[in-house]
Parts: sequence; structure tokens; C-alpha cells
Amino acid sequence: MVMTETPIIRIRDLNVHAPDNHILKNIHLDIPKNKITVLLGPSGCGKTTLLKSLNRLTDLYPELKIKGNIYIDDDDILHPERDVSQIRQKMGLLSQRPYPLPMSIFKNVAYGLKLKGITKKDEVERRVQEYLKKAALWDEVKDRLHSSAEQLSIGQQQRLCLARGLAVNPEVILADEPTSALDPVSTQMIEHQFQELKEEYTIVLVTHMLRQARRLADYVVFIYYGKIIEHGPVNEVLDNPKEELTKKYVSAGV
Amino acid sequence: MISALKIKQTGSRFWVDRISTTWMLAGLFFILVVPFAIFLGLLIKALPLLYDQSLWAILSGTEWSPMRGNFGFLPFIVGSVLVTVLAVCFSAPTSLMAAIYITQFAPKRFLKLVHPVIDILAGIPSVIYGVWGVLTIIPLVAGLASWFGISSTGYSILAGGIVLAVMSTPYVLNMLIEVFRSMPIGLKEASLSLGSTYWECIKHVLLRKGLSGILAAFALGVSNALGNTIAVLMVVGNRVQFPSNVFEAGYPIPALIANNYGEMMSIPLYDSALMFAALLLFVMVTFFNFASRYFIQKYEV
Ligand SMILES: Nc1ncnc2c1ncn2[C@@H]1O[C@H](COP(=O)(O)OP(=O)(O)OP(=O)(O)O)[C@@H](O)[C@H]1O
Ligand SMILES: [Mg+2]
Repeated sequence: MVMTETPIIRIRDLNVHAPDNHILKNIHLDIPKNKITVLLGPSGCGKTTLLKSLNRLTDLYPELKIKGNIYIDDDDILHPERDVSQIRQKMGLLSQRPYPLPMSIFKNVAYGLKLKGITKKDEVERRVQEYLKKAALWDEVKDRLHSSAEQLSIGQQQRLCLARGLAVNPEVILADEPTSALDPVSTQMIEHQFQELKEEYTIVLVTHMLRQARRLADYVVFIYYGKIIEHGPVNEVLDNPKEELTKKYVSAGV
Repeated sequence: MISALKIKQTGSRFWVDRISTTWMLAGLFFILVVPFAIFLGLLIKALPLLYDQSLWAILSGTEWSPMRGNFGFLPFIVGSVLVTVLAVCFSAPTSLMAAIYITQFAPKRFLKLVHPVIDILAGIPSVIYGVWGVLTIIPLVAGLASWFGISSTGYSILAGGIVLAVMSTPYVLNMLIEVFRSMPIGLKEASLSLGSTYWECIKHVLLRKGLSGILAAFALGVSNALGNTIAVLMVVGNRVQFPSNVFEAGYPIPALIANNYGEMMSIPLYDSALMFAALLLFVMVTFFNFASRYFIQKYEV
């Protein structure tokens, strides 16, 4: 694929093995800056694993063996001596289900700031407000910032997780089916935020919904059983797929 | 619900259903009533003492001489509380650290190894812990005391606390392991992906998330320690006094009852006083359970 934009993430020969399963096979992929790249593929094809490799959450699973290189700003993050905390702060993660931290709404957002060593009260307050606004949650929670985050609705929790992720000032947002647990209205809100956020951030989005891919994607990567089958601009892959597998998937799923 | 079942089911199945329902209700009733029955039974038996002396005098009295009709319970209360506090101080941090290590850091097969060990520890009869305490802890404590320049036989509050701590650890640890194992991995991923270290994640997120479960585990340890009798009785020295340091002997309430019940030699009110001791223990444990339940619910998330 011809990429005119500068890639922010370059994945080279990435292989992930589980004890009895070759999960990702020779992944070679550039992810362009300030675009939304959508990872598409059937269940179990390795989308989540690919996403987790990007911020080394795969470290949590000792049974997974990872080989290859992932460069972010020319920094090989798979290098064992890299500071994982720093790498992870370059990426905000939005998971399939929101996991609010067991603390207040305010502290959820301030958590990342605290980890970064930002503790000055007025700055923390200003930033928390800023990120809650960016995630389109501020108006709904501004009167109960200090109540428990777990009392929010699922849709609100997901936006809180977005705000929390933005607070560490990442370059990339990794989103793993972020709307699959949400109602249509919350889904729309998140999608709308994504479109605004791509001005400042690079977004890698996993989704099952072809329509969502059409609405949001600049680039689409189609993965099948751990292999990249086809990738390119959204209209090429979804409207004129070259590969048989992609054609099947697209025609079955629309 | 029950009437709907009645219509559908006929013959023997109907009766089986009826009987098992009745049986379950009876079981439930029994479980709910037994504590009240025990409480009332103890209260009635303790009443003669309560008529004779004021409650305050009994609870705050320091002299215990049944022959002269002096039944001061304060030394026993202090003994029980001290032994329990020591036991929890030893077992709570150890169990918590062990549970964190086992669930978060150790390889998975380690847990498979730990579970049978915990079961074995939990299954050892109390009296064996007592014997073990006498054989190994007592000399150790005596040695430790002399190292501090205090003379002690070793039969002491400290020995009681140590033996109790070892005994309650399997229960507390088991519960704590469950608390940490039931923590969703997504929560850990959330904290780590924000750039926290593993330790920060444990400290700020997992411990907070598990707080109510952790408190419940500690509470179980306390109840366990408060009521334990045989093992403590064997190592704690059983002298009616206020221990001035942990190397001195004490006399917890369960030991008082176990040592003297059946040998009251028709001393007036002695029988009633021992029943009062049982009542006191019952109330202490119940009160503690309610208090801990309050905190557990408060920190539920
Ligand atoms: N820690 C692990 N150990 C063993 N196998 C794993 C592990 N994690 C993932 N796998 C396997 O890797 C494959 C890909 O999993 P992954 O979660 O990445 O799929 P996915 O594309 O995200 O699927 P879905 O759309 O259902 O979320 C699956 O077959 C899964 O069973
Ligand atoms: Mg997935």
C-alpha cells in the first residue's frame, strides 16, 4: 500500500505465539498519523492481541511469546529495556467494556496525572475539566465529580475511560470495540468524539461493525486468522476488495 | 410459586417436593433460631450473677476469687483482646502480602501448589497446633524474652498470639486469594495502560477494589482468634492478671470456661459466672461481626 502520510507506528515481522496457537503471523503494517485506522476481522483472528502488543499489555500474559519490532516514533517498544510505563503513556486504551478505577470520577481522570507527577491542585483541576470536556462528559458529571465512578451508566463510564486515557496526553488511542457494550446514543457520542479527536491523535480502532468502519475509518486493515489479508484506504478495501476473503467478509457483514 | 408446582406435580413427586420444601424451611428456621436460643440460654443461666452484682462491677472488676464471690472479668477481657490483636497483627499483613504475591507475581502453577498446603493447614486439629506451640513456640518466646532481659517461662500472650496467627492464616489467606483472583484483568490493564507500574496498580487500584473483601477476610481471622480455645489455652499461661508485657501470661475467656467448667465444686454463683463468660464471648464476637459488616458494606464498590 502506498502511504502518503508519515506513519506513527511501524510494525515489522510481528509474530505472537501462544503455547498451542500462532496468534499473529508476520504482521507488517504502518499506521498513519492523525488518521483512524480500523482493524477488521472475524472473532478470534487476533485483533485484540495486536492492539495489546502495541502498548505491551501482552506482558501481562507470560504464556505469550512475541517476536519482531514495533516502532513508535522510531522507538522499538518491544525492546526489553524500554520503560514500559512511558511507552504505555503514549497510548490511551479504551477496552471493550469500561473499567472505571475504584475511585471518584475526578480521581479517575487525575490518576494518570498523578502518575505523571502532576499534583498541583489548580492544574489538576483544570486538566480534569479539560479532558472531561474533550470526552463530552463534563456537563453530565460536573456536579458530582467526587462521587464514585462506578455509579455512572456504562456509556458514561466509557467516556470517562476516554477522558482518563486522554489525561496522560497520549499520541495514539487504542480502542478495542469501544462501543460494543453501549446503546446507540452513547455509541454515536463516542464515534463523534473520535472524529474530533483524530485532529490531535492517531486512533487505532477494532470493530465488528462494518458500518462503524465505514463511518469512521480512513484506513482499514482486514485480518484473518492472524494474517493481514488486505489493507488500504477505506473505500478501496470495503468497496473494491481485491482478496476473496475480504470480499466474503464484506458482503456477509454489511 | 408453590401452588403452581402443586398443580403440575402429582403423586410421589408432589410429596417429595413438599417434604423437601418443608425440610429446607425447617433448616433455615433452625439456623436463624439457634443463635437466639444460645443467647437466651446463656442469659438465663447468667442471671443469678447479674442479680447479685451489677453488670459494670462484673465487667470492670479485676479480682477473680470464686470462693469469696469475686467475679471480676476485666483480666479475661484484656487477655482475650490482647491475644487476638497480636494474632491479627501477625497474620493480617503476612496473609495480605502472601495473597498478593501468589495471585499477582508468582507463576500460575504456584497457586496449584499453595491450595493443598492451605487445606492441610486448615485441617490440622487445634490441639496439634497447641502441642506444636508448647514444643517450639514456648522455648522460642522464652529465649526471645531473655534476649530482651525479661524472665519468662514462654507461656505468654505472645505465644498465644503466634499460635493463633498461624492457625487463622489459612482461612484468611484463602479468602484473600479469592478476593484477588476475582479481580477483573481489565482493571489491571486499565491502570497499567495509563502508565502505572505494577506496584502502583496494586496499591491504588487492586487494594482499593478489594477493600471490602480484605476487611471481611481480616474479620474472619479475628472471629476465629477470639473463639479459639484449646491451642491458646495450652500456651498462654492461664494466670489471672494484667500482663504488663507480651511475655507474661494471660487468661483469655475461652480458656477460662474450658479450664473450669465441670469443676465448680458447688461454689455459689461460679456456674453462673462461667455462663456469663460464655455470654460475654458470644456478645463480643457478635458485636464484632456486626461492626465489621458495617465497614465491609461501607467500602463495597
Ligand atoms: N493469553 C492467551 N493465551 C492463549 N491464547 C490466547 C491468549 N490470548 C489470545 N489467545 C488466542 O488468540 C486468538 C486471538 O485472540 P484475540 O482476543 O486477539 O481475538 P480477537 O480478534 O480480538 O477476537 P474478538 O473479535 O472475539 O475479540 C484466539 O484464538 C485466542 O484464543
Ligand atoms: Mg477482541
